[in-house]
Amino acid sequence: MNTLIFRTIAPFLAAMMLVFSVFVLLRGHNEPGGGFIGGLIAASAFAIQGIAQGVSAVRRALKLDPLAIAGIGLLLSALAGLLSLPLAVPFMTGLWVDLPLGLDRVPVSSVMLFDLGVYLVVMGTITAIALALEEKEEP
Amino acid sequence: MAAATKTMTDPASALVMVPTEARDWLIVLPVLLPLIVAAGLIVARHTLGRKPGLANAIALATCGFTLVATGLLLERVLSQGPLTMMMGRWLPPFGIAFTADALGAALALAASLATLLALVSERAEKPSPAPAYGSEPFALMLLAGVSGAFLTGDIFNLYVWFEVLLIASFGLLTLGPEKVQIDGTLKYGFLNLAGTTLFLIAVGLLYGLTGTLNMADLAGKLHGLTAGPVSTLFVLFFFAFGMKAAAFPVQYWLPAAYHTPRAATAGLFAALLTKVGIYGMLRVLVMLMPDSSDGLSLMVGILAAATMLFGALGTLAERDFRRLPGFVLISGIGTMLAGIALTSPGGLTGTIFYALQSMALMLALYLALFAAARLSGTADFTRAGGLYDRNPLLSALVLSLFFAASGLPPFSGFWPKALILKAALDIGAWWLAAALLVSGLLLSVGLARAFLIGFMKPAESIHPGGRLPLATLLPVALLTALVTLAGLYPAPLMDLAGGAAGGLADPAAYIHSVFPEAAP
Repeated sequence: MNTLIFRTIAPFLAAMMLVFSVFVLLRGHNEPGGGFIGGLIAASAFAIQGIAQGVSAVRRALKLDPLAIAGIGLLLSALAGLLSLPLAVPFMTGLWVDLPLGLDRVPVSSVMLFDLGVYLVVMGTITAIALALEEKEEP
Repeated sequence: MAAATKTMTDPASALVMVPTEARDWLIVLPVLLPLIVAAGLIVARHTLGRKPGLANAIALATCGFTLVATGLLLERVLSQGPLTMMMGRWLPPFGIAFTADALGAALALAASLATLLALVSERAEKPSPAPAYGSEPFALMLLAGVSGAFLTGDIFNLYVWFEVLLIASFGLLTLGPEKVQIDGTLKYGFLNLAGTTLFLIAVGLLYGLTGTLNMADLAGKLHGLTAGPVSTLFVLFFFAFGMKAAAFPVQYWLPAAYHTPRAATAGLFAALLTKVGIYGMLRVLVMLMPDSSDGLSLMVGILAAATMLFGALGTLAERDFRRLPGFVLISGIGTMLAGIALTSPGGLTGTIFYALQSMALMLALYLALFAAARLSGTADFTRAGGLYDRNPLLSALVLSLFFAASGLPPFSGFWPKALILKAALDIGAWWLAAALLVSGLLLSVGLARAFLIGFMKPAESIHPGGRLPLATLLPVALLTALVTLAGLYPAPLMDLAGGAAGGLADPAAYIHSVFPEAAP
């Protein structure tokens, strides 16, 4: 399984999958995609990297504990709902802001913040499980 | 551009336009607060693991705030009627509604009190070998899931909260990986997954039948349908909730799983998880399908009697301190099912009263009997003995709890049983009344036997130490005081349960709170 070809290609594959996962996350607002599937793709990237380079390398690269990432995601999602409190609208109401970025205005919403939270929860949890399973294989 | 403006619709046709007051947020706080703190505890778990007790203190404070929030919510619901918040501002029945009525708010209040006291008793447990994997985040997530189930007004959302509390309970059950725990978790997990899958299938069929999952909307739409499909749904839902509640014949997972975890966890499960099943039956079966509830009440009644007798016979045969309360719990589930089978106001009042007092009773019973097992150094009470000489206070508390569990006055178990008994006799269901009385007698005999052998019989060998930490005794004493108080002065709880039962029998106020424009 752990051939030279795989070890060489894995970093590129993982990097592309991570970029693609963010693309899927952002695309999810109006088209198929979203935080859940994006998080799964990102977790697969870390799992591949874990097989190729070893689990400890992935843990070092992640900096944070995967479960802590999941916790941060849950906090972000809850925060996205809490934003409606000062605006006197019900919990989880979608709120929009137009951010002037460069040449264009980019609409940013609390829905996106929520989806980002989902992305981190799924990515953190699945990565934690995958890394724990891969760790057992190491001598 | 004209065409584009034409397709623009008035937001008032899809969104809630009334501003949401800050105090309306009371309805999401019991879910949001534990969830946020649980997430925070997970993020900081390695830091917190180095400071023993800190995570527990934070969780205790959270439960305290949740208790206050649910108390205020109940006060508001009782004075102003059911309260609804539409998630994401979408109008019902398309948005997900959170609707608190007297039943949901009272159960949420009891759930946060039970979690608070379970976390207090958790302080007396031996520190876990891996402090970063504490039980507090899971306990808080369990509370969030249970509160969500009690407060949601949408059946699919109810399913989601069932999953949340199922995952949290998996986590709690598997903390401390002993073989018997894994065995218990597997049985618990497999049967509960089967139950929730059935629940999901029933929800899908319900949506196909009515095109809506909002409970207030369903209450009207299910009414005009033919009996056949609704009865099928009733049986599917009954089976799914019965599995959660440990009703006969799908109760075997409970005695297999509940004696394995730590005392606080087992007590918390006994207080919360089975009540969620009973709550699901009350909300979905009694409130939404009253016609089928009447038509199939014989089936529910027979299963109720079987559940009661199974639990009572189990206590007669059991000789393990930690397995004993599981059978008491199952017998109590049978009693609550009997009230549901009767569907009369008296029976439902009895069921709700029983559910509320059972949360306190079962938590106290689990904590006290696990403490007794720890004191005697063995879980087998036929080999223990002599506990009365060593700890008279614990013995007195256990005796009070045994009385309450058998339904003897002056403790809280007496009143709901009397209510259900009277309701059964009123409609001439003598066999159900007989099952209630016989199971009560068997429970008294079984529990008296456990008390005489385990506590009063002189010990064969003396184990060192007879003192229990305050963190174990305090929750048990407080809960026993509550149980006794509810028995001596049952009027407030009776009124509360009666009001909640009235809300189930006639959901007009519930529907009006979700659809304010509709004629009440």
